[in-house]
Amino acid sequence: MNISEVLFWVLSFVAVFSALMVVISKNPVYSVLWLIITFFSISGHYILLNAQFLAIVNIIVYAGAIMVLFLFVIMLMNLTRDTEPQKNKWLKLAGAVAGGSLLLVLVAALRNTEKNMTELGTGDIGLIKNLGRVLFNDYVVPFEISSILFLSAMVGAVVIGKRDSPVSTGVATTVAEPGARIEKYSTQPINGE
Amino acid sequence: MPVSYYIFLSITLFVIGIIGVLTRRNAIIIFMCIELMLNAVNLLLVAFSKMHHLANATTDITAGSDGQLFVFFIMVVAAAEVSVGLAIIVMLYRNTHSVDVNFLNRLKH
Repeated sequence: MNISEVLFWVLSFVAVFSALMVVISKNPVYSVLWLIITFFSISGHYILLNAQFLAIVNIIVYAGAIMVLFLFVIMLMNLTRDTEPQKNKWLKLAGAVAGGSLLLVLVAALRNTEKNMTELGTGDIGLIKNLGRVLFNDYVVPFEISSILFLSAMVGAVVIGKRDSPVSTGVATTVAEPGARIEKYSTQPINGE
Repeated sequence: MPVSYYIFLSITLFVIGIIGVLTRRNAIIIFMCIELMLNAVNLLLVAFSKMHHLANATTDITAGSDGQLFVFFIMVVAAAEVSVGLAIIVMLYRNTHSVDVNFLNRLKH
């Protein structure tokens, strides 16, 4: 058992345990923190496979930007353990059984794959120089299109998140649900009556 | 490390993500479990890219870089999707003051 194998098992155990804690935690803030630990352990796997660029990008983009965005939204809504909606116990059991059956089916289907080895700890294709060379020679069009994707996502997020100004909406909606506040938008008579 | 170990690890993480989507009612937790599923797939893609590189490194020196570049683009798409998805969830919260997905049943009335 050399050091790479020990590291592989340790990182795998940490990843699976923290993924389970993401699903089990009642407090959403704890779920985000467990998910950050999961991302760090997956980045550890990337470093073990010598995919250095992806390890760093995973930490910067996922743990550093996306999870911080999730934390902002959770704290904006002030979600705690008490405001967490509870699912029926039988539905939770049914969900776990369904997931477990899928796990069994997939593992059984892929049990007899060929024992090809992956290269741990060495190899040049994970280095940023070689990846960058392939990216900008062969895949430059998807790279440019992804910048347009980001632009559209940014515009979409701003447009969706904008508050309606009270003058322009002529719709009254009431939400009559115990446990939710009743909201009524301001109504302007449409015909200027 | 045989690639089958990475396949089983990735399947485990993916199924934990699926269980999270099925059993939780908070929309934000469901969204986080989708990100967990995407990460499981990313890990498997990187493992396969190293497997191909090991098998073909003598004929083609950049044999496995496609897998890792695909992971890069998956992260790009995931980041864009998270920003739009969270904007939608914030709008949902602003209208109904809850992030319970069972509440969306009422949209049909």
